This record gives sequence, structure tokens and C-alpha cells, in this order.
Amino acid sequence: MSVEAREARQPWILLSPALTAVALLLFVPLIFIVIYSFWLRTATGADEVGFFLDNWQEALSDAFYRDILLNTLKIAAITTFVCAVMGYPAAYFIARAKGNKVILLLLLMLPFWISYIIRTMSWINILGVSGALNSALIWLGLIDDPIQMLYNETTVILGLVHFLLPFMVLNVFVSLDGIDTNLEDAANSLGATRWQAFLQVTLPLSLPGLAAGGLLCFVLGAGTYITPLVLGGPSDAMFANLVFEAIITQLNWPLGSALSLMLLAVLGALVLIYNRYLGMAQLMKGLG
Amino acid sequence: MSAVTLNNIVKRFGNFTAVHRSSLEIAEGAFVTLLGPSGCGKTTNLRMIAGLLDPTEGEILIGGKRVNDVPIHKRNLGLVFQNYALFPHKTVAENVAFGLKYRDVPSSDIPRRVQEALELVQLPDVGDRYPKALSGGQQQRIALARAIVIEPDVLLLDEPLSALDANLREDMRVELKRIQERIGVTTVFVTHDQSEALAMSDQIVVMSAGRVEQVGAPEEVYNTPSSEFVANFLGASNILEGKCTDIGADKVAIEAPIFGKLAIPAEKAPLIKGPGPAKLVVRAEKLQLSQSPAPDGVVSVPAYVETVDYQGQAVRYFVRAGDTQLQAINMIDGHPFAEGTEVNLLLRPQDCAALPG
Repeated sequence: MSVEAREARQPWILLSPALTAVALLLFVPLIFIVIYSFWLRTATGADEVGFFLDNWQEALSDAFYRDILLNTLKIAAITTFVCAVMGYPAAYFIARAKGNKVILLLLLMLPFWISYIIRTMSWINILGVSGALNSALIWLGLIDDPIQMLYNETTVILGLVHFLLPFMVLNVFVSLDGIDTNLEDAANSLGATRWQAFLQVTLPLSLPGLAAGGLLCFVLGAGTYITPLVLGGPSDAMFANLVFEAIITQLNWPLGSALSLMLLAVLGALVLIYNRYLGMAQLMKGLG
Repeated sequence: MSAVTLNNIVKRFGNFTAVHRSSLEIAEGAFVTLLGPSGCGKTTNLRMIAGLLDPTEGEILIGGKRVNDVPIHKRNLGLVFQNYALFPHKTVAENVAFGLKYRDVPSSDIPRRVQEALELVQLPDVGDRYPKALSGGQQQRIALARAIVIEPDVLLLDEPLSALDANLREDMRVELKRIQERIGVTTVFVTHDQSEALAMSDQIVVMSAGRVEQVGAPEEVYNTPSSEFVANFLGASNILEGKCTDIGADKVAIEAPIFGKLAIPAEKAPLIKGPGPAKLVVRAEKLQLSQSPAPDGVVSVPAYVETVDYQGQAVRYFVRAGDTQLQAINMIDGHPFAEGTEVNLLLRPQDCAALPG
């Protein structure tokens, strides 16, 4: 075998375990889901194998699904916005910190060591009827009876922000950390105040990181079912809850498959638009 | 009135003193270089003048006004960095126009001023390009244009040539000096490169370990170093421990190993106040290797060539005279001497300098 041929094969040999894993664990199940979505669940509870468009027709025409999809996108958008507003200053602080940035980043990652479900449920201890906040308010004499603070859209967004904020901070941090501090000094020397220099130089140069963080927050936020399940009320179901409901509760795999593919298509389109204008490279930087 | 005055400036970072108490006057329109190795405090001084750092003690005056409490954006200074620091998301013209937006320049005047600045740096046609489309040398010219278009009171250059290739660096050196002379702006230039400092400056401030070692015109600093550090930092020098035996009106008698007794002009030994220990400073290029007899008034010492460092138009010899090794840099006339050759070291006493021991 020639040297060129051997060198050309080498990366594929090295990649083969990863490619096998991706193929078996991601690609094959996805094909199953696509196939399932065209089967039909009969009244007896058995799945009828074939090529039926009924699930798709139901998923695409029923206003119930459409409204929940729009509500899901709305909640994801609000969450992303809150993450951006809260995360940017934190990222700026870490990027400009004089001391050990690694420690600050480690602190940021600390919550990841605790299960996302546990972190989400911790809000019940804080905001619940017998939670910390209500107990404190009663003890202070500000209220007589506990207030129901949980199980509404606000707590869902709160839980999502709690979950997603580190992703935003990390992405913005990577972007800010890559900006030469001389640029701000140069802008200041030319007459711009610190705030003007920030608006004119730092902010525009950090937008790719903000966009990458925004994309991650939006996609992860829109695809979650645990937060609305734990912290939402009956009317706060998000789209992934419908999939959960169809597959786990009703055992209707064909409909659940069609619904999950619908969400995948919407979020996939968003990723493609992002890639078209900003490129995936920035996202990789933030994840690496 | 001085354009810039540093008055008893001290800068400490925690326990580390970056700049020891020092004062400096920079004349209006002068090109002053802060020269020294890395960590000598030259950049710290520049950043304090710029307002990027606050002095721990002392005052900074620009145009006679105390500016310690004036923030950087109100100091009206032009700042050029080693890494150019152009705004990558703005075009060249937008970069140059940046400072004008914060001044009372009518917006109709901005394009003309930008174009004039680009013409001054000889890049009139790149206004609509982005910095990354330009070479390093071109980017540094744009950075210069951006700094001077605002008509700064003082132009501060922080190693602006250090990131450029050797050939380009020499071209830019000439170019930078031409532009500075043309607009006449007071300039503070920071570098670790002695040839840049010698070529460009009206005045050189040699710094070492946070202290000012010597201030003077290039020729003065080069020919009459006031310390061993300066003698070694600016070019190569041989320093021989000796003593001063007598001090006259216009001559100082120095007795040194190898060369014996030399009568050195008093202006080359200004720090020697009387007999006592002294150091003889012999510049490597003043030590001439020869196989001919010495002319009158030239000291001649036998030696042999140990190592030859060929450099094209010049050659650096390491020669041994007795048990002392000396450096000599000579222009090549014909062929350089081979290693092991017996030669005479020729030295004119008036080319030497002396320092207190």
C-alpha cells in the first residue's frame, strides 16, 4: 500500500469507534423513529405496520399541537433572552478577572456535577408551599398563609434559566476571552469612554459567542420535558412533554415519533439558519 | 515648556516595584525613546503616560497640566501597539475615523481627514478593506494613521516595529521618522532594539530594572555610556577593570590591563572625579585588528584570533590578549582573519570611555 493511501486511511481508522457509536446510537434509532412515524396504532392497542400518513396529518393539522409548539418556542426564546442578559455580565467578569479564571470557570461548572433533575427539584424546596421562601415570609409576618409560587410558566422559565445559564456564560466567555484587551485600550485612547468602547468594540466582537450560547440555550430549552414536568402546571406543557405523554403514557409510539420528528425539524432548521450565517465553528469553540 | 513631564514617578504592583522613583522631561516635538530589556519598566512608563496605569506616587504632566486624574479618553493621546490593535470588525476607513467621532469634527470633514491620514502613511487606496486583508506592515501604518488623525498632543508607540520582519522593520523605521518629523508631534517610543533607538531618537532614555540609567542624545549615550549596563546594552563593549591615576584639565589617565596607560579625553569620562578604581570601556568596533605596525598615537597590543563570527559586511572577532578575551567588530577589508592568526589590536585612546570603578 502506498504511503498516501495509508495516510488517507489513518483518520478513518482512528474515527471508526466514534463513527460506529454515532451510527448505532444516534443514526439507527433515528431511522427507527422515522419508520415508526408512518405506522398506525389501532384501537386494540397494537401497531399496524405500513405506510400511513395519519400521525403526520394529526400532528400537523391539530391546533392543539401547533399552539403548544408555539408556546414551547416562546418559552425557549424568553429563557434564551434572560440567559443572555444574566450571562453576559458574568462572562465579562470572568474574562476580565485578574486572578485565576480556571477557578471561576470551575465554579460555573460545579452545578453540572449534580443531576439536572435534582437541581430542578431543588426549586420545590425553595418556592414550594412549605419551602424556604414561604417559611421565611411567614416567619417575618409578611404573609399569613403560604403563597403558591410553583407550577406556572414563570417557574418553568426560572428552572430553564437555572439549567441553561452556564452554557450561555461559557460561550460568551470564550468569545470575550479571545478579544485582545488592547482593542479596548485603543478605543479609550481615541476618545471613547469605557462604555462607548464596550458598545463599539467588545460587544460586536463577542456577538458570535452570544449567538452560539443563544442557540444552545434555545435548542436545549425547547427540547426539555423535565423542567415543565417538575416545575410547570397542567397548562405549561412543552412540546417534548407531548412526546413523553404519547410514548410513555399512551404507548402510542407512531404518534410520538411523528411529534418528535416535528420538533426535530423545527430546531434543526434553526441550527441550519445559524450555521448559514455564523458557522458551527464558534459553537465548537464554546463546547471545547 | 515640556510636552510631557514625569515628576518623581513610582509604580508598584503589590510588592514588586516596576518603576523606581524617576523623573523625566520630554520636550515639545521631540522623539524620545525609552530603551531597555523586557521588564525594565519602559512599557509601564508609557502606559502611565497613556493613562492605562495609575502611578503609585508622583505626578504626570502633559502640556504643563497634571493629568493623574484625567481618564485616558480625555488625554488626547495617540497610542500605537505592537500587535496593531486594529478593530477587526471595522474597515480601514472606519478604524481611522474612530477617534474623530468623539471629537468636534463635522461629519462632512471626516472622510477628508481620513483620506489625508491614509495618504500620509502612503496607503490611500485601502479605506474600504478590512484590516485582516492587509499585511502586518500595512496594518501598522493604519494603526499609525488612526493614532495621528486625531492630532494628538503626544504620540505613544509601544514597540510598534517589533512584530514586523527584519527588512520591513528598517523601512518602517525610516517611514515612521519621516511622518513624525512632518507632523512634528511629540513622540514617546518604547523599544528593546538599540538600533531602532539610535536611528530614530532625538533623545534616548536607557532603563534597567525600573531605573533610568542614562538620558541623552543617541551619540552621547552610545559614545559616553554612564554605566556598565548602558555600555553593554547599546552595542558590544569590552569593559576592563583598571584605575584612574591622574586627572587633568582635558585628559584623564586610565591604567588598564592589556592596554596599559591611556590618556582619555575628559568628556569621555565625565563621572570620574579623581584618582581611584575605574573601568575602561572599549567599544567592540573601535578595536581594530591589523597585521601592520601601529600609526602614531595608536596603542598596539599583540593578540591572537580565537573565534570568527562572519556577518557579511562586518565580522565579529573574539580575540585573546594575555588571559583576557576581547570582542572586536571590524568591517571586512578583503578577507577576514582566520582563527588562530596572530594580530595586533589597535586602539586610539580618544575612542575609549571610562567609568568609575
